[in-house]
Amino acid sequence: MSGMERKELRIVGFLCNWCSYGGADTAGVSRFKQPTDLRIIRVPCSGRVDPLLVVKAFMEGADGVLVSGCHPRDCHYAEGNFYARRRLEVLKRFLPFMGIEPGRFEYTWVSASEGARWQKVVTEFTNQIHRLGPIRRKGDGGGDIR
Amino acid sequence: MEILDKLKEDIRGELEGVSLVIGWERGYDSLHTTPLFIRCPEDIDRLIWNPLCVHNLASYLPWFKGRRVGILVKGCDSRTVIQLLQERLIQREEVVIFGIPCQGVVDLAKIRARVDCSQVRGVSFKGDKIAIETPQGQRELPLEEILATKCISCQYPTPLIYDHLAGEAISSHRPPGLLFAEVEKIEKLDPKERFAYWQQELQRCIRCYACRNACPLCVCQDFCAADARDPHWLSQKTGIGEKFMWQILHAIHLAGRCTDCGECERACPMDIPIQRIRKKINKEIKELFGYEAGVNLEVTPPLYTFQVEEPAIKEREW
Ligand code: SF4
Ligand code: SF4
Repeated sequence: MSGMERKELRIVGFLCNWCSYGGADTAGVSRFKQPTDLRIIRVPCSGRVDPLLVVKAFMEGADGVLVSGCHPRDCHYAEGNFYARRRLEVLKRFLPFMGIEPGRFEYTWVSASEGARWQKVVTEFTNQIHRLGPIRRKGDGGGDIR
Repeated sequence: MEILDKLKEDIRGELEGVSLVIGWERGYDSLHTTPLFIRCPEDIDRLIWNPLCVHNLASYLPWFKGRRVGILVKGCDSRTVIQLLQERLIQREEVVIFGIPCQGVVDLAKIRARVDCSQVRGVSFKGDKIAIETPQGQRELPLEEILATKCISCQYPTPLIYDHLAGEAISSHRPPGLLFAEVEKIEKLDPKERFAYWQQELQRCIRCYACRNACPLCVCQDFCAADARDPHWLSQKTGIGEKFMWQILHAIHLAGRCTDCGECERACPMDIPIQRIRKKINKEIKELFGYEAGVNLEVTPPLYTFQVEEPAIKEREW
């Protein structure tokens, strides 16, 4: 689905330089059709993704945040994604407690050769965020978080 | 021997070999206590021990790194000492630990809610009651009703680490099921209600950072991420977003480290139930990694390590 058919939402993707960014590139080079809501921020490693970067993105109005790194055992820095997995899992279980709906944050692994997998991840994640809608609408009882 | 007498005797025996011993003394009135720094034998006479000794004195330990100091700990406080040792923020040879088996300390906010405490003339303890003398007369309250929330679900009344123990070890008679009771209440709400709940509570936050300053495991002092301009995690804006961000920042920096001592919430001048946020993370950490902070010296805190296969983490399939 393209931005023409529905209003784009603000989705932030933190992709590691060595695998997932390459995977997204592979998808692009292969001309796989993908939704355009996701803005990619390239980071050296999923282990670089401080959970607070995710929180900050939500606080600044992101509707969804995705972190993607190398598959476990394939980290360019050997163990960055092992640490990331623990931190991000804790974060994923914690965010809903503060009122950020489950599903707005996900983390996953995509290798540089998995263009098709990247297409699937980004499409499914984007659809999931569209089902949830914008994170806060004007007139929501709670008001704007900012 | 009374607990207090035993403490004094043990401190007397160790005082020569340490720079100071940290305990509690009477504060500005008989309802309030304040930390006591014992440097000479005469100071020992000012030491007190009763359910008003709320402070987690282990907060001071990282400050005294490099010097040998004595410290009085309740069961809960001892977990802070262990966690600090686990993280190598203090050295075992540099602390002499005076453990106290504890039956619970009070929550002053709960007392204030029932008694006008502006002019307290005297406080005494009679069995399981506290008697407070004010110009309006004497009020007796059952201790059980004014205990700190952490004490109602306390699993470790006897310190888990000590060099001296003042009295007989006691075991917990509190149901472990209560540990996460408040967290479970919030979990039952739907996300929108949860957001509204936190918005209502956190809007009172004045970002004084008393919660941070009181937390014994917030050890960065002048290098706190909350004060940094680069990265600028928090701005000078006063909106609710910054308050959320601050609370999440603190809670995440305590993930796998928070020992549930409750100092953050106790210090909050706005009476915001912020410990629940930390407790939620503790609950998930326990479920994922079977880890409780500050109970076992030998274990590496879970976010400082990993397993190649994580049995408890069910990753999403796409
Ligand atoms: S102590 Fe209370 S008011 Fe102060 S920053 Fe912490 S939560 Fe906010
Ligand atoms: S976050 Fe609160 S309960 Fe946890 S260690 Fe710090 S002061 Fe204690």
